[in-house]
Amino acid sequence: MGIFSNFLSKIKVNNLLNKPDLDELAKELIAADLGADLAHSIIDQTRKLKSATPEESLNSVLLSHLSKKSRAITTNSELTAVMVVGVNGTGKTTSAAKLARYFQNEGAVVLAAADTFRAAAVEQLQTWGQRIGVEVVSGKENSDPASVAFDSVQRAKEISAKFLFVDTAGRLHNKSDLMSELEKIKRVIEKVTPVREVLLVIDATTGQNGLQQAKIFAEAVQVTGIVLTKLDGSARGGIALAIEDYLDIPIKFIGTGESIDALAPFNPDEYVKGLIS
Amino acid sequence: MFDALSTRFSKTFGNLRSKGKLSTADIDSVIEEISSALLEADVAKEVVDLFTNRIQTQAMAILPTLQAGSNQAQSIFDVVNSELITILGTEARRIRFAKNPPTVIMLAGLQGAGKTTLAAKLAKYYKDQGNTPLLVAADLQRPNAVTQLQVLGQQIGVPVFAPELGNGDGEAVQVARDAIAFAHSKVHNMVIVDTAGRLGVDNELMDEAIAIRDEIKPHEILFVIDAMIGQSAIATARAFEQGVGFDGLVLTKLDGDARGGAALSITEIIKRPIMFVSTGEKIGDFDLFYPDRMASRILGLGDVATLAEQAKKALNPETSAKLEEKFARGDDFTLEDFLEQLEAMANMGSMGKLLSMLPGAASMKKQIENFDESEIVRTKAIVQSMTPQERRDIKVLNGTRRARIARGSGRAVSEVNALVDRFSAAQKAMKQMRSGSLPAGMPAGLGAGMGQIPSVKTPVVHKKKSKSGNPAKRAAEERG
Repeated sequence: MGIFSNFLSKIKVNNLLNKPDLDELAKELIAADLGADLAHSIIDQTRKLKSATPEESLNSVLLSHLSKKSRAITTNSELTAVMVVGVNGTGKTTSAAKLARYFQNEGAVVLAAADTFRAAAVEQLQTWGQRIGVEVVSGKENSDPASVAFDSVQRAKEISAKFLFVDTAGRLHNKSDLMSELEKIKRVIEKVTPVREVLLVIDATTGQNGLQQAKIFAEAVQVTGIVLTKLDGSARGGIALAIEDYLDIPIKFIGTGESIDALAPFNPDEYVKGLIS
Repeated sequence: MFDALSTRFSKTFGNLRSKGKLSTADIDSVIEEISSALLEADVAKEVVDLFTNRIQTQAMAILPTLQAGSNQAQSIFDVVNSELITILGTEARRIRFAKNPPTVIMLAGLQGAGKTTLAAKLAKYYKDQGNTPLLVAADLQRPNAVTQLQVLGQQIGVPVFAPELGNGDGEAVQVARDAIAFAHSKVHNMVIVDTAGRLGVDNELMDEAIAIRDEIKPHEILFVIDAMIGQSAIATARAFEQGVGFDGLVLTKLDGDARGGAALSITEIIKRPIMFVSTGEKIGDFDLFYPDRMASRILGLGDVATLAEQAKKALNPETSAKLEEKFARGDDFTLEDFLEQLEAMANMGSMGKLLSMLPGAASMKKQIENFDESEIVRTKAIVQSMTPQERRDIKVLNGTRRARIARGSGRAVSEVNALVDRFSAAQKAMKQMRSGSLPAGMPAGLGAGMGQIPSVKTPVVHKKKSKSGNPAKRAAEERG
């Protein structure tokens, strides 16, 4: 990251971008996980853009690659059902709990422990639920996740909850049987209430595979937004920009730490600043 | 796993092979291709540069020595292959057992890398070899990580030392220290310590890991890393190397379609060997790491060594010997062999995994990934509806025969066609491999779509005008 700041101050002095500068810039963007193709097209556009400073050009080009879609959570007048999906180990369970915490002030919240596969995932969510005082609906380990999801919607209706967050088991997107299971969970919830949001949890350290994850999950369950986790590490999470650019799926939240309150709405300016800091 | 990368490599070398005499410009363009393929596979930029520079130097050095008419592309390919193996580690490294047991293994890594699951897999693997491992729940941070390990321990019949419930309470160092004493008293010859996931930049947790290390003096520290990690792999590995330090790597989630370039990055920069790979959600989905096999996977050569090993396990000795003989003799791998394998492997678990070891598997990626077990039944039905002659020589399969097979197996003609096409591609690839060349003719584009950004058009492979008298086949070809 340091290299990049040095580099920017250097171009601020010259106020123009020559070939070696551009190459170095491309290298830095690649190092932020934007992917080589996207990095190069961003460089091309930056070069052509007339702004006061190269930094400004780069900034606005990066912003222009972000999705124009709304980053707010779409709500229902009654119950808003939200599914939390993603590959293994990205932080779905923690994100589901953080979301519950985040929306707790707006009305009753129910958490559904529909990750019935990973050992003790249900207990993990229950522990979070106890800590924040949110009801967790669960089934037995290895029970059908769709049935847990169904029970949770029923329960949410029963207590007139405003929000339902359904935590699902991590699954690699190339396992078609597991993706069908996810589709089924969605179908079952929608028998009772529409699923307003399907949030895909992406780990900020993810490389180019993140695009593939987003693409396949979007095809299966119509992902409406991204939760970008672990942004507090050394990764800059450039893959999220690639996802926004190629697939037009907006990042809605970012996870910034291990505490239950470490969830914030996505801020494009800050994100881009973080990418090139 | 490294499929998309291997697809790119196959394509690149396919192009190269079509040229007789190579020029320096050809080398340059190959280098460029390799470089972008590696970047797309998440190999760190600095490693890509190092790697391609070395290949360029070596390739340019041997270029003048290559005889006209010799297989020049092959020589360049050999350079790339040996360089890959060098980076991945020329020899497979294994756990070193302590002279005075217990052998203490400590796991470290980022959150969500898969440490807890890996701890159980490791324990199961060594238990099956006659060891008496003890699992230690020293991740006291993540809610219910302790419970998770206890559940897993119970599943595999390995005791779990878990005096603390975790969830933020308890002293991890204390747990680790007591665990070693416990292992001594109960004569466990191996102790596997699961620790809390931590970010490379989190000093507090890194200090905890260091304190655990200093307390229990592990014989091996394994750094567990997610195969899907991007360019931050090196920074992360460096932080762990400078923090708690590590002796070897474990690459997890290799059953995904991530290209796992981080493996190359870390082994190159940090100079630590990859020791194990984790390839699925089941406890048994765990393998030793073989650098040479991985390199040939990257290059699209398939992993025949592993396949043969697996086959040996699954087939009865007689069939196994027959198959080996066939491989050696250079006979065609026929549908009869295939059927025997299907039957034997039906109870071996994942068919997709086995298929992916075949040469040219990258081009059948989509089919392999979507392989469900009922597919085996359907495939068997198709093959069983063939006459012995047809099974031995698929060339005799004309439209009439295919229609009959379809009727006999209750499947569509298009399914019969698909099977035959796939099979003949695999057969061809094996033949080419045996003759020492790459499966250059493999339709690289078929699998490439998976790894490419959506805006890039997947090259259309079959554009040939159909001459088939078979209506279903023609229709399929016209659809392209």
